[in-house]
Order: sequence, then structure tokens, then C-alpha cells
Amino acid sequence: METAVQLTNITKRFGQVVANDSVSLDIKKGEILSLLGENGSGKTTLMNMLAGIYFPDEGEIRVNGVPVTIASPKDAYACGIGMIHQHFKLVDVFTAAENIVLGLEEPGGLDLKAASAKITEICGKYGFQIDPGKKVYDMSVSEKQTVEIVKVLYRGAEILILDEPTAVLTPQETDRLFDVMRNMRADGKAMVIITHKLHEVMDVSDRVAVLRKGRYIGDVPTAETSPQALTDMMVGHAVALNINRPAPKDPSPRLEVKGVTVYDALGVKRLDNVTFTANSGEILGIAGIAGSGQKELLEAVAGLQPMAPGASIQYHSIGSDAGAPGEELVGKTPLQIKQMGVSLAFVPEDRLGMGLVGSLGMTGNMLLRTYRKGSGIFTDRKGPRQLAEQVKEELEVVTPGVNFPVRRLSGGNVQKVLVGREIAQQPSVLMTAYAVRGLDINTSYTIYNLLTEQKLQGVAVVYVGEDLDVLLELCDRILVLCGGQVSGIVDARTTTKEEVGLLMTRFQKEAAQS
Amino acid sequence: MNAVTSKREPLLRLTRRDGIPRPQAYAIRVAGVLLSLAVSGVFIFAVTRLNPVAVYQGIFDGAFGTPRRSWVTIRDAMMLLCVGVGLAPAFKMKFWNIGAEGQILVGGVVTAGFMRAFGGRIPTPALLVLMAAVSLLAGCVWGVIPAAFKAKWGTNETLFTLMMNYVAIQITSYCVALWENPVGSNSVGIINQQTRAGWFPAVLGKEYGLNVILVLLLTAGMYIYLKYSKQGYEITVVGDSENTARYAGISVRKVTIRTMAISGAICGLAGYITVAGASHTISTVTAGGRGFTAIIVAWLAQFNTFVMILISLLLVFLQKGAIQIASQFNLNDYASNIITGIILFFILGSEFFINYRLVLRSGKEAAK
Repeated sequence: METAVQLTNITKRFGQVVANDSVSLDIKKGEILSLLGENGSGKTTLMNMLAGIYFPDEGEIRVNGVPVTIASPKDAYACGIGMIHQHFKLVDVFTAAENIVLGLEEPGGLDLKAASAKITEICGKYGFQIDPGKKVYDMSVSEKQTVEIVKVLYRGAEILILDEPTAVLTPQETDRLFDVMRNMRADGKAMVIITHKLHEVMDVSDRVAVLRKGRYIGDVPTAETSPQALTDMMVGHAVALNINRPAPKDPSPRLEVKGVTVYDALGVKRLDNVTFTANSGEILGIAGIAGSGQKELLEAVAGLQPMAPGASIQYHSIGSDAGAPGEELVGKTPLQIKQMGVSLAFVPEDRLGMGLVGSLGMTGNMLLRTYRKGSGIFTDRKGPRQLAEQVKEELEVVTPGVNFPVRRLSGGNVQKVLVGREIAQQPSVLMTAYAVRGLDINTSYTIYNLLTEQKLQGVAVVYVGEDLDVLLELCDRILVLCGGQVSGIVDARTTTKEEVGLLMTRFQKEAAQS
Repeated sequence: MNAVTSKREPLLRLTRRDGIPRPQAYAIRVAGVLLSLAVSGVFIFAVTRLNPVAVYQGIFDGAFGTPRRSWVTIRDAMMLLCVGVGLAPAFKMKFWNIGAEGQILVGGVVTAGFMRAFGGRIPTPALLVLMAAVSLLAGCVWGVIPAAFKAKWGTNETLFTLMMNYVAIQITSYCVALWENPVGSNSVGIINQQTRAGWFPAVLGKEYGLNVILVLLLTAGMYIYLKYSKQGYEITVVGDSENTARYAGISVRKVTIRTMAISGAICGLAGYITVAGASHTISTVTAGGRGFTAIIVAWLAQFNTFVMILISLLLVFLQKGAIQIASQFNLNDYASNIITGIILFFILGSEFFINYRLVLRSGKEAAK
């Protein structure tokens, strides 16, 4: 196979941190290469240097055998390299076609008709489904991703880099994306996919390259390896890849949620008559396509979301009689809920926007839950500092110090700070939204174990997740949300991925048929 | 692809520093100042044919040439610092209070009113306390009004506080007309010039001793309040993310209103210090633009009130120096302002080089 891109001894430093240490890697035409590595192992940094976002400190990049200098995304396109980033870079009020031609400096006027024809041609060739005239704000996440991919192909990219493309997709959408990728491979394109999900690596890629702590560990043909072998390569030592799931011990209702309906600021219904019970000593998984109401549901329980009349959320404290009425949480502020003695831990989806104070260090963030303690006017920082040190050590948070602003930590470390703090307050209800998003395998398993530990201590755990394999292995029951409605609650031990996947899109299909 | 291959590595690139040892940071700042002096030296010589060293001497003389000048410089720096300290909590909360000018004025107006009304009728120490209290209250009201509107109806605080400035100016000109002395002068004149009732007394033998003590106490107090108190912590959280504040059970409304009450009150007190401690009169220009200059002071210091001391001193020093060289060398006002501008530009620029560093096209690669 012909080599498309050859990286030789690439080094990139950020201050004292060496993100890539003399990495050499080949990307071949007509091949899907998986780039694997833990958080902070330098995968995205390495690919960003190909996309012109960063510039390497040392080393050489050759495209089709010719040494090149990629100093900007424009240079990258000129080399035929296109990257689909984790966060989409689209203009919401523009159509697909307008977004795709945006920034192209072609002679003559803007000919959207010709562009649309070319887009349709690209779509037909590889099996994409996209309407060039559709506005981005009307699109689902998967459609937006398709626009990003077509944008790159429109610019004539021969080398495509996809940074965690499946993180926001349903299993069915993921399959469709992989089909398209196989079509592009057949067309001779070179592709790199960054993903944390090993079964996807095994499914779609031809070759796997592994990075560890900025160093290149090696590459293997996918056919000759296994998830276990890959994990060991990534982590550097053997890791047990199964989640221990003990049976729930005397589960009793902790939270009884009835008839919760939520409208957003624009009057759009986000949650529609949601009813369920979260039991103590149990992990309740919540599955659903991104934006199906998961965020609103957790915020409603936490007292952060106004609800339509008729909603009821009853809290049964530890040791209360079965059948006795619980305490009503609807209509209470977070502070009132706390003062009622309800210890509610909440790991929100938007970590820096909601759970943490980005400009403060770990100590300042540990303080968030406890700063009211004591009667004086000054805050007590001793306890939070100890807690910060403890979380740093137990969860292996990589930070220059406990007072280093958490905004400047990597995503995985930010997550550890938040999860560490929330578990430390010894909750009776623990709600987590995408607790392992962006975390590497090793840390993800640490988090799973922490959640299971909490469950064994009688905590009612609510786990909003996106990886169905994990939901099926970790949870006791799974509630599936679809368009703000509960489309089913299934036993995680007996259900299948397909069943959950179908429930996730159940109402959409019914709406389409009627 | 030729277009790309023919390009070499860019000659200069910027990379973010990961932190910098303190001595090195100060070295960069000192280098910035020296460089600014060199560049403005070239400018001075090119435009005016004057000896730059003599001009610098003039700037220094303007600010610190005589004990009297030094004290005026210190007095003005303290007033600027006081407003900056008042703005710090508001800006830390990301509440864009550009209404300090109005808050100073209303504080000054009530001080002048009480000074006229009660001067000589109650003892000066009691009057000073009374005037301090009412100026705090007036500034507080002026700060709370826009905060309450924002908390309740989500109004834009930038426009609101700005417009409150004009209301304060109108009130001031009404009072000036009311209290005109002598009639027809269109000014209030020096209040209680004979009796000095309600004026700051000399402390430790210094005319402006009380100004300095008051403002430095406020500076230290605000530093501790923002850094160590529970309320200060709430301000930080609200300023960083209102959602995080709500998540932690902090009432954003309450914190907004409370913080602006404090911010406005301190700015009102700055009006009191200006009237009772320095000018002993009131006019629509009593605030003198300090309400706006102090925004620069607060931001440059990153809300560290001790750093604000240095920055207020620097700004006032440059301002006094500019006035001096304008008259001493017969320079146009603009020329002296340009010199001040160049110096400020380099000082701000040095902050950039503390956060970023330039990477030259590496010679090593080229040698290969």
C-alpha cells in the first residue's frame, strides 16, 4: 500500500509538558488507521499538527513523499488533509451547502447551485444522506457530522482525520458512518480515526497505532490483535476489562419521579410526562440520543429546572418506612434541598459551565460544596485542601498543583476533579451525566468501580451514559429516553444492545410512519 | 502542492508560556519600561529636538519635584485607587459597572450638601462620620438600582450604569445652581473656607494623611474580603459561571445586588474623600473621569487591590508628568500624551510577553 503521510520524529511541547515525543507514524492510502491512547497521550495534538492547528517543534511531515510545511488549516487542505473535529465548526443559520463552500476562495461569484450539485455527487459516491438546502440548526448531530465530512471531501481531501466521531452517535448512526468510511477506503482515501471505544476499533480499522504518554508505542494489524492486547499496550500493564456488577442489596425507592414535564425558554417541550423510580443500592442507567432530555431530567431533580404543574419528585430518606410518603422536592431551590438534609451529588454534563469554577484551582472547587460551613465570615480552606490532595492522589489528577486553575487542565482531569468532589460528599443520590466522556479506559474503569462502590453503600445512582456496551454491563436497570419521553425501562442484565438502540429511536420512527 | 512545499517554517511563531518564574517576569517588565523610554526618547528627539533626558527629568519633576507636588500626586493616586477598589468586586463578578463616575458624584454631592448645612453647627469629627455615612449610602443606592433591575428583569448593566452617570451629572448641576456662591459665578466655591468645618484634618502633620490611611485600609480590607471571605468566594463563582453558582445553591440575584451595593458604596465614599479631603467644593467635573480610568486600574491589576496601588501611582505619575512637560517645554498637550501612551503601551506589552513567547525559525533545522 502506498504511503500518504509520513511523520518523522515529531515533537511538540506545551511549556514543560511534552505532548508528543519524537513520534514517527505512517498513514497509508486505502486504509483506516485507528489511533489509540489514553487521555493526554497526545493523539489529538499529533493530528492537529497535520490539520494545521499546531505547528511541530521538531520533526518532518511528508505528504506523498514530499516534505511539507503545514502552518495553517489552509495549508492542510492544500496538502489534501482534512480533519473532522470533536466539536463541530459550523454556522448554525447557514445551510449545509453554504457551510461547505464557506471560506473557499474560488474565482467568480458564489454559485450555490453548482456547489449543491457537487455535494449531491459526493454524497451519491460514498453513500451520505444530506440535503444541501437544509439549515444547520434543523440538523441532528449525525447530520452535522456528515456536513463536516462532506466539507472536507468537497475541498478535495485525500486524507481524512476523524476525532472521536462516534461519541455523539447512536449505534445505528455509528454503523452508517462506518459504512461510509469503508466506501471511502475503497476509493483509496487514507483515514485516521481517534476513538476510545475498542469494539469500534476492532470493527472498522485495518491497523491500530498506539500512543502512550506522548510516545509512539507501536502499530499492529487489527486482525492480529484483541481488545485486551490493545488495552495492555495503551496502559503499559495488564488491565482487567470487565465491570463487577453485584446484585442490588435490599433496593427500596429513594426517588419517585412522577409526571415531570419541562419546557425550555423557547417553549419547546424537553421532557414529556417522565415517570420513574430510582432505588437505593442500584445503578439506574439512562440511555438516549444526545439531547433527548437527559440534561433537563437531572437538572429537574437537582432543583435547577422549572417544571410544568403536576410534577412530583418524592425523596425517601435512608431508613424511612416503606410506603411512607416521601419529601417533595419540586419547587425547592438547590439550597433548600440541601437544607432538607438531602445529600444530592450531581455531575453535570457541562463540567466547567455548571459543575466547576474554571478560574479556581482544585482547592477552590472542593470548597464549592462546603464553603458555607462554620458561622464566621471567612471560608475554611483546610478541609478542601486536604480533599483536593486526596482526590489528586486517588484519581491521579495531573495538575501542577492544587491551586492551578482547573480550566487549564485537560478534559479528563477536569472530570476527575468534579467526580471526586461529588462522591466525597457521601451522597444518598448520585447523578452523573456522561461521567466518563473523554476519559481513557483506565480512568473510566476507576469511575465505574467508584460508582459500584457507591451503589453497594446504598446510594441511588443515576448514570446517564452514551456507550451502550458500558450501560449494559454497569447498570441494573436502563431507562431509555426518546424525544423527552420514556420509551422504555429495561432490565440491563437481560436486554440487548439492539433493543435499547431501537427504543432510543422508537418515537421518531412512529412519527415518521404516521 | 508546490505552494505549500515552497513555504518554509514561519519566521516567528507565538507559543503560550506555561508559567514563568517571578524574577523573569519582573525582568521582562523592567525591560518593557526601559524600551518604552528609549522609543519615546527617539520620538521626542525626532519631533521636538529636545533632549529626552531633560524631558524625562521634567516628567519626574511634575510628579515629585517638590514635596507639595509629591503629595498632590499621592492624593490623586489614592482617589483613583479608591475607585478602583470599589470597582474590583463588581468586575470580578463580571458586572460591567461603568457607572463609578455617577456613584462618585452622588457621594460627593451629599457630602457637599451636609458640609454646607451642618458645617460649624456640629463638631467636625462628628460631621466627618456623618458625611461618610451618607456618601456610602448615596453611592450604594446608585449601585443597587442597576443591579436590582438586572437581577429582576435582566436589563443590560453597561447601558444602565452609564445612563445613571448622566442622571448624577444633572443632579449635580442642579445642586451647583442651588448652592451657587457667590451668585453668578456658576460654581459653589470653596465650602466653609474660613472655618474649615467638615474638612479632613491634617493627620500626622500631613494635609492628606487621612486620605491615604482611609484608602489603604479599604485596599487591604477589599483584598481580604475578595480572597478569604465567603461572600468573596460567592463573587468569584458568580463571575465565573452563573450556572455553577445556581448549581451550588448560590442566589445569583442576591449576590449581584449585594456586591453592587458594596461597589457603589465605596465609589460613593471616593466622592466623599474627594470633596471633604481634597477639593472642598462640588461641580460636575468632581469625578474627573476617575470612574472610567479606574476600570483600567482594576483590570490591569486583575482585581488584586495591592497591585492597584502601583498602577494608580503610575497613571497619576504619567498624567502629572505630561502636564509638567507641556508647560515647561512649551509642548503641545498631544505630544506629552503621546509619550504617556508609548510608555503605557510598552508596559501592557510586557504582560503579553510574560504570557507568550516568540519562537524564531529554528536555526538547528536550517543547518541540517
